[in-house]
Amino acid sequence: MTRQSQTRRPTLLAIYAALVLAFIYLPIAVLVVYSFNRDGVGGFPPRDFTLDWYRQLFADGSLWDSVLSSLLVAAGAVALALVLGLLAALALDRADFPGKSLFRRLVLLPLILPGIITGLSLLMFVSIANLQLSLLTVFLGHGTALISVATTELFAGLQKMDRAQEEASLDLGATPWQTFWRVTLPNLKLSLIAAVLLIFTLSMDEIAVTFFLIGRDNTLPLEIWGRLRRGITPEINAISTLIFAVSVALLVIWYRIRTRGLGSEAQQLMENP
Amino acid sequence: MSSASPTPGLPANAEIPLLEVRGVAKSFGPREVLKSISLNIATGEFLTLLGESGSGKTTLLRLIAGFEEPSDGEIWMSGERLDTLPPYQRRVNTVFQNYALFPHLKVRENVAYGLQVKGTPKTETAERVVHALAMVKMTEFASARPAQLSGGQQQRVALARALVNRPQLLLLDEPLSALDANLRKQMQSELKALQREIGITFLFVTHDQDEAMALSDRIALLRDGALEQVATPREIYARPATAYTAEFIGQTNLLRGEIRGGIASCGALRWPLDDSDGAAQFSLRPEAIRLSPDGARQISEVKFRGTIRQQLYSGASEVLEVDCGVGQILRVRVAACGPMSGQHEFVYSITDAIRVHG
Amino acid sequence: MYSRTYKAFVSAPPLLWVGLFLLLPYALMFAHSFWEVRDGVLVHQWNLDNYKKLFTNPVYLEVLLRTVRIAGSVMVCALLLGYPLAYFLSFHTRARKELLYQLVIVPLWVSYLVRGYAWKTILGSDGVLNGFLHYLHITREPVSFLLYSPFAVVLTLTHIYTPFVFLPIYASLEHIPRPLVEASHDLGAGPFSTFFRVILPLSMPGLLAGATFAFVLSLGDFLAPLLVGGPSSTMIANIVQSLFGAAYDWPLGSAISVCILLLIVSLLFLTERLEKRWSFK
Repeated sequence: MTRQSQTRRPTLLAIYAALVLAFIYLPIAVLVVYSFNRDGVGGFPPRDFTLDWYRQLFADGSLWDSVLSSLLVAAGAVALALVLGLLAALALDRADFPGKSLFRRLVLLPLILPGIITGLSLLMFVSIANLQLSLLTVFLGHGTALISVATTELFAGLQKMDRAQEEASLDLGATPWQTFWRVTLPNLKLSLIAAVLLIFTLSMDEIAVTFFLIGRDNTLPLEIWGRLRRGITPEINAISTLIFAVSVALLVIWYRIRTRGLGSEAQQLMENP
Repeated sequence: MSSASPTPGLPANAEIPLLEVRGVAKSFGPREVLKSISLNIATGEFLTLLGESGSGKTTLLRLIAGFEEPSDGEIWMSGERLDTLPPYQRRVNTVFQNYALFPHLKVRENVAYGLQVKGTPKTETAERVVHALAMVKMTEFASARPAQLSGGQQQRVALARALVNRPQLLLLDEPLSALDANLRKQMQSELKALQREIGITFLFVTHDQDEAMALSDRIALLRDGALEQVATPREIYARPATAYTAEFIGQTNLLRGEIRGGIASCGALRWPLDDSDGAAQFSLRPEAIRLSPDGARQISEVKFRGTIRQQLYSGASEVLEVDCGVGQILRVRVAACGPMSGQHEFVYSITDAIRVHG
Repeated sequence: MYSRTYKAFVSAPPLLWVGLFLLLPYALMFAHSFWEVRDGVLVHQWNLDNYKKLFTNPVYLEVLLRTVRIAGSVMVCALLLGYPLAYFLSFHTRARKELLYQLVIVPLWVSYLVRGYAWKTILGSDGVLNGFLHYLHITREPVSFLLYSPFAVVLTLTHIYTPFVFLPIYASLEHIPRPLVEASHDLGAGPFSTFFRVILPLSMPGLLAGATFAFVLSLGDFLAPLLVGGPSSTMIANIVQSLFGAAYDWPLGSAISVCILLLIVSLLFLTERLEKRWSFK
């Protein structure tokens, strides 16, 4: 007589969890499905599969201009936020100075503050400094706001690092500068990649801060926003689906990098919780 | 090999056992961790599950506690089916290996937990908590939090938390393994005294055979998911049933040889033995062998000559590694005797060479 | 181990940048709140008029109240959705845990705008939901109150912030040692009792973090009302936005922003204290 080992899984909870997941994915599913719908964004059920909206999308020049603008800003934001975030993380991890806790809070503030506040205060700064609103101001806004993301990620990575490695490097005769490049940075590899991906994605999607700092050239989100004000077209479904696909791809790449970067033991641990 | 009686080592007319493990087996997927265990635990006894890691002792404990379900077999307690009940309905409590104290509750709240959950009136709860803390000598720490306590102190609180519920059976999962040697010895003594005093049945799990021998009324030795031997400490030491038991518990010389025509011969040793012909193994404890300077021997003794190759001193006694020739080396434990060397005569009683199987 | 030059070198640039591009701008906003606009021109006349206006204008107060209500609803709904999901994932899955976790995270990477837009297409009079209901003959007329209402704003923001609430709660739950749950069962507490006595208290830090995040970000949101809210759902950030846009009154807008900022900072302070109280584990 053999009995199966039962897992006391509460079915009600499982159903509820599944419903929550469905709720989270419902709008995305609708978006994707209707990007192929000839009749546009509304009505039910969707019929007449078509790729027309995608064709229209690919022919849409101004949209792709905004994509380029977004990419430029994102690249700049990544560079700026990463460098300053790394320095800030190192400072928080290793240095002590008066006002350090104020500094820490200040750096992390844009993470939790609604974008409008950060955006508006930067707008005032820009106007007092007599700067023209342009992609440059947008880049400044993104870079500044996203330092917090880089700092958080890199600080966590520094805390996990084994200090003894840096001490060993100094002991063997390397200067602090050499130690930084040969020991510290390689140890932060995973955190750096995570920060880059995160900053890039957040910058590409940023609206609130951008809203107030935008000049003549639109970023992608603001271009979409502009069109939304004028009227809905399934072309927006198409671009949204593409954005979703790219985001998922980035996430998968990140997952691959992370598991490979950790080594086989850790990977096994992750697969057999 | 299991003994015929379900409660070996106890008188046959003992009362109905408190806990009956009937043919319990457990597999995790393809891995067979326990292979049909049958064991009875008597009320008021201190039974230890002894074994190496992977022997299944912790799994058996968890099955009795209710954290796992048996793949086969049944568990009964006080004449009622136990294994179909969830852990919160069993009159069984556990002292966990890493104590598992609730970090967000104070010590006295931790101890009171089991009583509160059952809706025990506040005054009664308070009384019993005070009594339990006094029993483990942790009264002054009642308002502290687990994070502020040392390992030994946490262990006492864990004990109090379990005992305050007056369980019919207390399970202890290697509770002393995280303590340092001196504290461990002290806690062993206290645990044994405590069990004697309150009379609750203890099921203790450990891999440390010294601990098992010191504390238990009976030891159940587990090996690869099966019971190797169940007996009192004295019996399991003096009459190990298998070679594994003989080597696991205490030290021994494992003599391998054969019996032919009423004579047992292992290497250089020969003695009369009335048993059927065939291969045989014997366990001979080092302390059973002694020096025989005048070479005399009785009829019931075996004499042999050997060269002392090594001497391992350990304070009150020492172990001599004796080469008997033909590649046979025996360990002999003698009282401290100063440096020795060369050939000597040794002697041991025939009855001390216990025949073991497996 | 680190020389003073090292420490100065790593501290100076971020300090300077943050001072210049964060502290200074916030200070500027603060300063602006005490100035005023006369005849369409900004005048640096220090006064408290803006604050007076803010607290005496019934429209502003009504909008503020509505904003707090909406933010509160979003927080509660996101918790009601996110917590059970996190609990289920943490305690009742084994083999597929990592995969399910990734599934919950993925939508986080989908643009805010995209998700808001999706709800717009679902809830509209000729949207997907109405089409669906019509198709099943559940309704004859399109239901029009779904879109352009506070309900739509709460729905959209809940959808956006549920994964944000899920994350810290899940992390907190994962940190709870499983033997504690076994110990609770061992002592006689069933799953329900164990949840309220052990799991919930120990997950408080994560819960507080998630709840704060959802509330604070909803409080300052201006996009959802514009996308799906309509005029009946104007939130305080929309007022600020218009004061910096068409209604050109930077000082007043700054005053309101400063108030929002102070409200948020005090909330964060409060939560930080609470989190500390719930986490000397």
